[in-house]
Amino acid sequence: MRHLMTPLDLSVEELDELMDIAEDIKADPSKYAHACDGKVLATLFYEPSTRTRLSFEAAMLHLGGKTLGFADAGSSSAAKGESVADTIRVVSCFADIAAMRHFKEGAPMVAAQFSGIPVINAGDGGHQHPTQTLTDLITIRSTKGRLSSMRIGMCGDLKFGRTVHSLIRALLRYENISFVFISPEELKLPDYMIEELNTHGNVSYREVTRLEEALPELDVLYMTRVQRERFFNEEDYVRLKDYYILDSGKMMLAGKDMIVLHPLPRVNEIAVEVDRDPRAKYFEQVQNGMYIRMALILKLLDITV
Amino acid sequence: MSGFSENEGTRQKYKLNVGKIDEGFVIDHIRPGRGLMLYHDMGLDKLDCSVAIIQNASSRKMGKKDIIKVETSIDNLNMDIISLLDHNATVDVIKNGEIISKPELPLPKEVKNIIRCKNPRCIASIEQGIDNIFVLTDVKTATYRCKYCETEYENK
Repeated sequence: MRHLMTPLDLSVEELDELMDIAEDIKADPSKYAHACDGKVLATLFYEPSTRTRLSFEAAMLHLGGKTLGFADAGSSSAAKGESVADTIRVVSCFADIAAMRHFKEGAPMVAAQFSGIPVINAGDGGHQHPTQTLTDLITIRSTKGRLSSMRIGMCGDLKFGRTVHSLIRALLRYENISFVFISPEELKLPDYMIEELNTHGNVSYREVTRLEEALPELDVLYMTRVQRERFFNEEDYVRLKDYYILDSGKMMLAGKDMIVLHPLPRVNEIAVEVDRDPRAKYFEQVQNGMYIRMALILKLLDITV
Repeated sequence: MSGFSENEGTRQKYKLNVGKIDEGFVIDHIRPGRGLMLYHDMGLDKLDCSVAIIQNASSRKMGKKDIIKVETSIDNLNMDIISLLDHNATVDVIKNGEIISKPELPLPKEVKNIIRCKNPRCIASIEQGIDNIFVLTDVKTATYRCKYCETEYENK
């Protein structure tokens, strides 16, 4: 039985295979409409989420399966003090696969240790968000035609931005990748990520504070939201939340083939006017997210179509 | 095993003197100020034998160092803890008052329930009954990270 805790749980070959399946689902959804008949996905969301939870549920429904679960910790037994270990043991009796989001880092890993069914990490605090990474990778591959030889700018909250950490790790396995990390001093990449980059010979990176400085050289700009829920201090959040705003003016500095990605939800960091720019791919990203989650569910349940 | 004073005529002179041990072990070259921490984390306070902690002893190599002398068999010692808590510390095994060996202290790949994750966002901070596991992520810098949240164990 396999779980997905970080994108590195899948080899590059498996990732390719997963993206191929997702592309095939996208091309011919009817072929997969009954692939998970009789199967149940549990969505265990201890933290509010619209996109990821609905994406998982939509993925299972489009595969012919059913879903159950909870959408916040308050409506689960966690409110009564139940441990993650006990919750997953119970859920293992009702479902065939589980997707877990938790505000505590490492919670899905604890669940996986006690689970009788495959567990997918659907985001754990500021730590990892592997299915968002799969979504990001398939969007880059489908729009740029490759994952290697890429200059990627990551902008915003790089400290608590779990999607950023997961994506960096996944991209480190491809050839000729260079990163530009764009963030205020307080939200720079954590030491352990820098450590990983430094021990990796195949990658170059630099850290800057001005978005304008990085834009002209990028193939991909990955924008992130400064997340209120990650701050212990409201004052810090207010000071940093609008540090970067991508608008049409700034987009003029970017190359004509650069694509803009964002894990969503966005607040102010991308002006609405950018949505009309053909380089804005964040809504396409959402669509891809469902297909790649469908492919992942099939893989973890060992179902071939 | 420790004596603290001796009289020299009318002038009283105080001298710190921790004697030799016949059988046991000495943890030497401990970073100054960390001896007491090692004492507690290794559970030496629970041993029913003589234990001496010497703090800020002069050292040619380190300037200052802490030393712990324990009069019990080396078998009662968890070597993993020493290298984890202070990678530069050394151990001398003593028998009949002589050093009989200086065992190597390799860094364990994984340590369980010795140290706790201090990240308040880590699941280990609230989940009852799970092991606190730290994994060696960089041999050169002796860096350990929490298995769950990857927060570095700060032993600097």
